[in-house]
Amino acid sequence: MPRRDDIHKIMVIGSGPIVIGQACEFDYSGTQACKALREEGYSVILLNSNPATIMTDPETADKTYVEPMTVTSVEQIIAEERPDALLPTIGGQTALNLAIDLAEAGVLEKYGVQLIGANLEAINKAEDRQLFRAAMDKIGLKMPASGIATNLEEAREIQKTTGLPTIIRPSFTMGGSGGGVCEKMEDFDRMAQWALDQSPTNQILVEQSVAGWKEYELEVMRDNADNVVIICSIENFDAMGVHTGDSITVAPAQTLTDREYQEMRDAAVAIMREIGVDTGGSNVQFGVNPEDGSLIVIEMNPRVSRSSALASKATGFPIAKIAAKLAVGFSLDEIRNDITKETPASFEPSIDYVVTKIPRFTFEKFPNTDAELTTQMKSVGEAMAIGRTFKESFQKAIRSLEIGHMGFDSPELDPEDQEASLWAQIDRPCSTRPWALVEAFRRGASVEELFDRTKIDPWFLRNLEEIAIAEKRLTEASEGERDAMLRPAKQMGFSDARIGALWGKSEAEVRDDRHRLDIRPVYKRVDTCAAEFVAHTPYLYSTYEDECEADTTDRKKIIILGGGPNRIGQGIEFDYCCVHAVFALHEAGFETIMVNCNPETVSTDYDTSDRLYFEPLTLEDVLEIVELEKPDGVIVQFGGQTPLKLAVALEKAGAPIIGTSPDAIDRAEDRERFDALLEQLGLVRPEGDVARSADEAEVIAGRIGYPVLVRPSYVLGGRAMQIVQNVEELRRYMQFAVKASDEHPVLIDRFLADATEVDVDAICDGERVVVGGIMEHIEEAGVHSGDSACSLPPYSLAPERISEIIEASRQLALEIGVRGLMNVQYAVKDEQIYVIEVNPRASRTVPFVSKAIGRTLAKLAARIMGGETLEQLDFTSEIVPGHYSVKEAVFPFVKFPGVDTILGPEMKSTGEVMGIDSSFGRAFAKSQIQAGNSLPVEGGTVLVSVREEEHQRVFQPIKTLVDEGFKVLATQGTAATLERLGIDCEVINKVYEGSPHTQDRIEAGDISLVINTTNNDPKSIEDSKSLRRAALLAGVPYCTTLAAARASADAIAAMRAESIGVRSLQRIHEAV
Amino acid sequence: MSETMTVDELLGRETTPAALALADGTVYRGRAFGAKTVKSGEVVFNTSLTGYQEIATDPSYAGQIVTMTYTQIGNVGVNGIDDESQKPFLSGFVVKELFDAPSNYRAEGDFDAKLAEAGIPGIAGIDTRALVRRIRDGGAQVGVLSTDPEVQGTDALVELARQAPGLDGVDWVANVTTPTKYDFDEGIWAGVDGQLPRPERPGQELKIVAYDFGVKKNILRLLVEQGFDVTVVPATTPASEALAMNPDGIFLSNGPGDPEAVEGVQPIVRELVQQKPVFGICLGHQILGLALGGKTRKLKFGHHGGNQPGKDLATGRVAICAENHGYAVEAESLRAAGEPVAITHVNLNDETVEGIAHETKPLFSVQYHPEASPGPHDAQYFFTRFREMVERSAAGESVTGAQICGTGDAA
Repeated sequence: MPRRDDIHKIMVIGSGPIVIGQACEFDYSGTQACKALREEGYSVILLNSNPATIMTDPETADKTYVEPMTVTSVEQIIAEERPDALLPTIGGQTALNLAIDLAEAGVLEKYGVQLIGANLEAINKAEDRQLFRAAMDKIGLKMPASGIATNLEEAREIQKTTGLPTIIRPSFTMGGSGGGVCEKMEDFDRMAQWALDQSPTNQILVEQSVAGWKEYELEVMRDNADNVVIICSIENFDAMGVHTGDSITVAPAQTLTDREYQEMRDAAVAIMREIGVDTGGSNVQFGVNPEDGSLIVIEMNPRVSRSSALASKATGFPIAKIAAKLAVGFSLDEIRNDITKETPASFEPSIDYVVTKIPRFTFEKFPNTDAELTTQMKSVGEAMAIGRTFKESFQKAIRSLEIGHMGFDSPELDPEDQEASLWAQIDRPCSTRPWALVEAFRRGASVEELFDRTKIDPWFLRNLEEIAIAEKRLTEASEGERDAMLRPAKQMGFSDARIGALWGKSEAEVRDDRHRLDIRPVYKRVDTCAAEFVAHTPYLYSTYEDECEADTTDRKKIIILGGGPNRIGQGIEFDYCCVHAVFALHEAGFETIMVNCNPETVSTDYDTSDRLYFEPLTLEDVLEIVELEKPDGVIVQFGGQTPLKLAVALEKAGAPIIGTSPDAIDRAEDRERFDALLEQLGLVRPEGDVARSADEAEVIAGRIGYPVLVRPSYVLGGRAMQIVQNVEELRRYMQFAVKASDEHPVLIDRFLADATEVDVDAICDGERVVVGGIMEHIEEAGVHSGDSACSLPPYSLAPERISEIIEASRQLALEIGVRGLMNVQYAVKDEQIYVIEVNPRASRTVPFVSKAIGRTLAKLAARIMGGETLEQLDFTSEIVPGHYSVKEAVFPFVKFPGVDTILGPEMKSTGEVMGIDSSFGRAFAKSQIQAGNSLPVEGGTVLVSVREEEHQRVFQPIKTLVDEGFKVLATQGTAATLERLGIDCEVINKVYEGSPHTQDRIEAGDISLVINTTNNDPKSIEDSKSLRRAALLAGVPYCTTLAAARASADAIAAMRAESIGVRSLQRIHEAV
Repeated sequence: MSETMTVDELLGRETTPAALALADGTVYRGRAFGAKTVKSGEVVFNTSLTGYQEIATDPSYAGQIVTMTYTQIGNVGVNGIDDESQKPFLSGFVVKELFDAPSNYRAEGDFDAKLAEAGIPGIAGIDTRALVRRIRDGGAQVGVLSTDPEVQGTDALVELARQAPGLDGVDWVANVTTPTKYDFDEGIWAGVDGQLPRPERPGQELKIVAYDFGVKKNILRLLVEQGFDVTVVPATTPASEALAMNPDGIFLSNGPGDPEAVEGVQPIVRELVQQKPVFGICLGHQILGLALGGKTRKLKFGHHGGNQPGKDLATGRVAICAENHGYAVEAESLRAAGEPVAITHVNLNDETVEGIAHETKPLFSVQYHPEASPGPHDAQYFFTRFREMVERSAAGESVTGAQICGTGDAA
C-alpha cells in the first residue's frame, strides 16, 4: 500500500533527557524518523525537552518544541499546530507513556489526532503485564510463573507460588528501574515495597526466576500488509538475571540450532500479530533453558528501542527510518534497501561477522551502591564492535570501552586473597566479570566449572578460554617465534598494546613490528546481505584478512573522531557536535569520514557521514584508518576527551590534526604552562598548585588554606574531584581516591566558597573571537558545571563582570591559538573574576547555546577548521537573545539505591533539559518540570532545613513562598531564625533527633517542596542523607543549594502569576 | 606454507593444510577439516545464519562446494534429527571459523567428524567474504577442494578445477535418488516446551507418491503432518507404476543440478499431470515447468539462503523464505509454450519466477523451500494448499492449481 494522503502533519515525540535506560539511541531513531517523514512530504511537529540532540535541531523538523513533556504542554502544542497524527513509537518509553496519557486524557480525540505506528490497545497490551500475559496465554506461549501485585500483601501471596529466587519488576518504568532479584525471604518486603514505589501505577510483577537461562532478543518489523521480518537476533553473553541493557550481547544468536531459532522466530511473529502492533519495529525477549531448550517469553516493547538501534547498526538495516515509512502506509516491499539500492526492504538481513555490544558502567561515581548487575539497568553507555569472529569482535569491544583495558589483562584482585576476590567477580554478575573469567582460565579453570558458576553458555566460555590460551602461547614464545604469531594474534583481535604487554614491548614497538611484516587490517563492509549484493554504502569495520573493500577516494577529505561510549561527563552533547562537524564539512565540499564505536548515536548512522568506520577509538585503530585514508585533516575537537587524548600521539605519527593544535590544547591543560599563560594575560585563577605526592599535597594545601578543591589532572566530568576541608580529609583523599605520581599529578586549588560560576562558549578563527553564549550557573561554585543548572543570558551578573568575562575569553582564545571552539569556566566572587579552566574544544554546553541563540556553533567551528573565517561565515558578533534559556541537569539517583543525591564537584548527571521563556523564573520553572522536578505551583508546605550560615539567607526565598501561600515546616535552627525574621514555622525534628521527623512527614505526603542544604563534611552529609533520599523516592521536588531554592521560589511565583505556554524553536529563533 | 602461523597454530592445535582452487586461478589456503580427499564442484555460497547441518545434508547440494557466509560454524554440533538425508552428498564445505566443541543440548556429535565420516572435505580459516564476492561478481564457477596434504600445489589444483565438470548438462539426480521405493511416516521435530501450539493433522488420510529427485526429509515430514500417507519412489519410476499405487496426489521433490539434464523424468511428469494433482518444490518445480513446455536458465550465482523475499502475487504478502537454486524457470517460455500457467510467486530481489500454478489442472509448484530446514517457516502454507488441492480433487471436485493459489477464478 502506498503513502497515506489523508494525513499531512505528524507530531513526533522524542524521549526527553538522557537517563539510564534511555539514551541517545532515541536521538538516532527520532532523527531518522523525522527525516524519513519529511522525505515523504509530511510536515513534522516535534516535541523533545532535550536540547543536546540532532533531533531538536530546527532543521530536523518543521516545528520543534523544546518544551515540557507533559499532557498540558502537548495539548497546547496540538491546539497550536493541529497535527493529523501522532507517532509515539520512536521516543522510547517516555513517548509511549506520554501518548497513553494523552489518549486517556481525551486530548487526541478532542483534536482528532490519530495514533500511528501502534494504537493505544496494542501499546497497553504490550506494556500492561496482565494484558500481555493474557495475550501470551491466548496464543499458547509461556511466561514465567508470576502475578501482579498492587500492594505488599498481594505481593507476598504471589511469592508463595513462584518460589525463590523471585524477580520483582515494577510496571511502566524503563530500564527496569526499581526491579531486582530477591534471593532471601527477609529481603522480600523491602524490595517489593521499593518496586511498588517506583511504578507510576503502583503495580509490580512478582515472578519465578529463570536466572541462568539463556537470553535472546529478536528485533521484529511488521507492515500494514502483515508482512513480518526479523531484522536481527541477539544472544546475551550473560545468562538471564542481568538486565539486557547491562548484558554483553552478541549478534547474531550463536548457540541455537536452526530448529530452535525458527521456533523462536515463529513465536515472535505470532506475538507481533497478537499484540497488534500495526506497523514498525518491536523487540521481543525470550529465555531458553539450556538443559532442554524450553522457551519462555520475557517481554515485548512495541516501539523502537536500544536494541533496535543496536540491531540497525549491527546489520545496516535502519529500523527507525523504515518504521516511520511503514507508519505512513508503505509496505516493506515498497521500500528500497538503501545499501544495496536494488533490493527491497522486505527481507531479513544476513551478516557475515559477529557484533558484540558491551555496556559501560560508572560505579566509581556512586561509591555507596552495590555494583552487582541485576534486572535493574545501571550502565550509562555502550560500545559495539564488529569482527569476523566472536573473539575478534569481543576484544575490539573491550578496547572500545575506553576503561583502560586494551585487552583481557588481569583484573584487580585483593592481594590478601586473590582466589576469593577472583571468584567473587565470577559468581555474581558484575562489570569486571569478563576479565575475571579470562583470568580464571589463565589459572587453570575449566569451561565446565565456569559454566556451573555463571551459566554463561560454554560456547562463549570456550572462546574466552582460547583467548587465554593464545595469551599464554604468546607470552611463552621465544623472540624468534614472535613474528610468525603476530598475524594470527591480530586475527583473534588482540591489540598492539596487549601484545606489547605480553611481550614486554611498547605499543609502538609492536606496531613497528607489525608494519615491518606488512600486517595491516583490511576493511569490510556492513551491507545487510553478507555480500550477496553490491554495497553502495561505505560502512566499514576492520579485520585481518585478505581483501580490503575500503575503496578509498582521492577527494579532499576530513576524518572526524567521535566520542566513543557514553559516560557521565561525556555523552550525547559531543556526538551532537561531531554530527554537525560532519554536516558542515560535507556542505563545504569535503568527503567526511566518521570514526566511532557507539551504536546509540546519530554519528554512527551510515547516512550521516560519507564514510563510516565503526571502530574503537584507540591510537592503533585510528592510525590505521588515517594511514589508509590519508585525509587532509583529522578533527579531535568535537568528541570530548576521547579523541583529544589521542591528539598528541596522532600528530606525532604524522596525522594532520586541524583546528586548535595539540600543543595549544596542552598549553591549556598543562597546569604549569597554563599558569604562565594567565600571568602573561594578567588574568587570575584561584591559587593552586600541582602535587606529585601525598606529602607535596599537604604542603600545598597548607599554603593555600582550606577548603581546597582537589582532582586528578586530565579528567572530564569531575572524576574524583572533591572539596577537602582539612588535612585529615586530604590525607584520606590522597590515599584512597587517587594515586598521585609524576605522570598523574593531582591539582590542588583554593575553593571559592559561595562564588558564582560562569561558563562561556566562544569561537575563534585565529583573528576574531565571538562569544557564543555566557551561562550563569544557578548552583554556586563547588557543584560540577555539568550538574548545575545555568541560564543564558546571565540572570544576575553585573554588566561590568560580563564585559570582563568577554574580554578575558577573547584574550585567552587568541593567545592559545584556538581554531574552532573554546569553553572557559569562570568563578565570580566579590567582584573579581577567576579563570577556573579553559578547554579549547567543543564543550557539553555547545548544543544548549546553539539552541538558545539560533546558530549552530559546532558547524561554524568545523567550517573554521576547514579554512574559513568567522567573517565569511557571517558570525562576527555575539547574539544576546531576548528570551531566557535555562539548562537543568537530570540525575540517575533513583537507579542506585543508597546513593546520596547531594551535588558536589564530581559530575553525576546523565542528561539535560532546556526551558525557554520570556523571563528567567518562567524558563527555570519549565526546566524543572522537564527534569521531573515539577515545582508545586498549587502551593503546599515547604520543608526547610539549611546549614547555619544560610539561616539568614534562606529567608528571601521562603518569604517569596509564604507570600504565595505556602506553609513552612523547618528544623529547629532554621525555624528559630525564620521566626525571628517574621515567618511562622512549624518545627520538626531532624531524622537523628527521632520521630516524628522530616522523613516521616515526607513519606506521609505532607510536603510539596524540600529545601535542604548541609555542611560539607561527611557527618553532616550522612545525617541529612535520608531526608534527601526520602524526597527522591516520594517524588517531592528538592533543592540542595540555596541558589536552587531561590530560583525555585522565583519560578513558582512566576508560574502562579501566569501559566506557562509553548513556543517553537523556529519562532524563538526568528525573534533573535 | 608461509612463515606466519594460523590462528589454530597459535592455539597449539595440530592441523593439516587445505586449499580451494577456482577455475579462474584463484587459490584460497586454510586448514583442513572433514575427510582427507580431493573433490571438485561448483562453488556456491549460502547466507543462512543457522542450519549448517541441514545445508550439508541437503541432497540439492550434490555437485557443489558450499561456502557459509556466516563465520562461526559448528557452534551447536550435529544431531540425528537435523539431517536432511541419509548422508551428505555435497562436494565440500567452506567456512571462516570452525568449532569442534559443540554447545547445545541437542548436540550428539561435532560437525567436523560428521563430514569426515561422509567423506566430505572442508576448509576453514579463509577469507570467505572475499570468496563470496568473487562468486557474486564473476558468477558461479567450478572449484577443487583438497584436504590431502600431498595435493596442495597451486598449478595442479587449478588445472583440476579447469577440467572438472560443472553442473550444466550433468544428471546429478541419478546419484542421489533412492534406489528403491519406501514408505515414510516420520512427523516433524517435536520441538520444545513453550513453543507455539501446532495445528493438528487432518483426520482423513490421503495417499501420495513422492518422486525423489534428492528429497529433503523435512518435506516428507511436513507431508506426513498434512495427513498424507507418503510413499517415496525413485526418480525414474514410470508413471504407470506410481498410478498403480492409486495415489490421491503426486509430489515432485527438490534435488540437485541442472533440471534439463535430469534424464527420463519429463515424460513421466507429462503423463502424471494428466491424471493427478501435482505439487513440486525446487527441482520438482523446474521439472514441472519443463514438462509443461517451459525452459529453465542458469542464474549467475543462484539464490542460496534463508532470507529471500518471496512475494505471493495473489495475496501481496511477502514470505521470508529459504531458497536454494542455481536455475530458474523462464516466465516467457511458459507463456510461449501456450500452456495456461500463471506465475504465482516471484523473488523480489531479482524478479525470478518462484511459483507457478496451472489454470485448468490441479498443478502448482514453488521454486523455494516451504519446508525451510534451515530457514523461516513463513511459506509452509504451500503444504496446506497441497492438502486442500488433493482433498478437493479426491472428493471429485475439478479444482485447479490457480484456484488453490488464489490466482484463478473460484470453481
